[in-house]
Amino acid sequence: MAKKTAYYGIFAALAILMGYVEAVLPMPVPIPGVKIGLSNIVVVLCMYVMGKKEAFYISIVRVVISALLFRGFVGLWYSLAGAFLSYAAMVFVYRFKDASIIGVSVAGGVFHNIGQIIVACIILGRNVVLYLIPVLMVSGVAAGFAIGLVSKYCLRYVEKNRE
Amino acid sequence: MKKLDFIIIAVLLACAGMLYFSGLLKPGNEGAYAVVYVDGEEVERYDLSQDTEDTINGIGGINEIKIENGKISVVSADCRDQVCVNHIPVNKENESIICLPHKVVIEIENGVQNSIDGVVK
Repeated sequence: MAKKTAYYGIFAALAILMGYVEAVLPMPVPIPGVKIGLSNIVVVLCMYVMGKKEAFYISIVRVVISALLFRGFVGLWYSLAGAFLSYAAMVFVYRFKDASIIGVSVAGGVFHNIGQIIVACIILGRNVVLYLIPVLMVSGVAAGFAIGLVSKYCLRYVEKNRE
Repeated sequence: MKKLDFIIIAVLLACAGMLYFSGLLKPGNEGAYAVVYVDGEEVERYDLSQDTEDTINGIGGINEIKIENGKISVVSADCRDQVCVNHIPVNKENESIICLPHKVVIEIENGVQNSIDGVVK
């Protein structure tokens, strides 16, 4: 139990830290919503190391805390929708034995962006941002792939040093 | 990387490509509207892409409006100052024609972005 609590703490802290790093990093692309999603490394890792349920908790904790710290209240809704949808997609892919951590991460990246666009449509009240969906899907695939690769190598070390 | 990873990536990229080339999600630049307010209440909404003529019942009088070439203008009014009639046709975001005597405000929504005078909301 104590060990699990410690894991929760480490993962949550890492995820929030990644959120900070991401907030500081400037994105070289002038399209709103394009980002790397560094904190998803932690969520994906958590899913493989601790389990699905635990990854969900970490995801929610990180979204709420990093939104309050770095983005403000409106950002919270965008992030929450993104986190929920991306979590659902990741769990869906995770269940298949034929998919690796990279596939999970790619699905998560793409659906995170789709979730954010849906919220943007609701908040703005018009479908003005819908045309961003294809662009953000491609950027989600690219970011998800990169995040998946990093997670894959991280996972090796975490598993090796687990005991 | 396993087989399904490639399939996921391919399917997602294909979806993105299809959505992009289907043109379903084009930004609605033609969706410009002229919204008419009388005494602060919205009474009518015209699509600027359709040429039309109509009469607005303002307070204490009428204004005849006309939409042509994506712009709206007031062609005649029985108000005393005729400011609205002399106003140029409008089609840009946040532009408006106002008839003070009749408390009529015609405002453009979702219109062409103004290139010189920007308005920050």
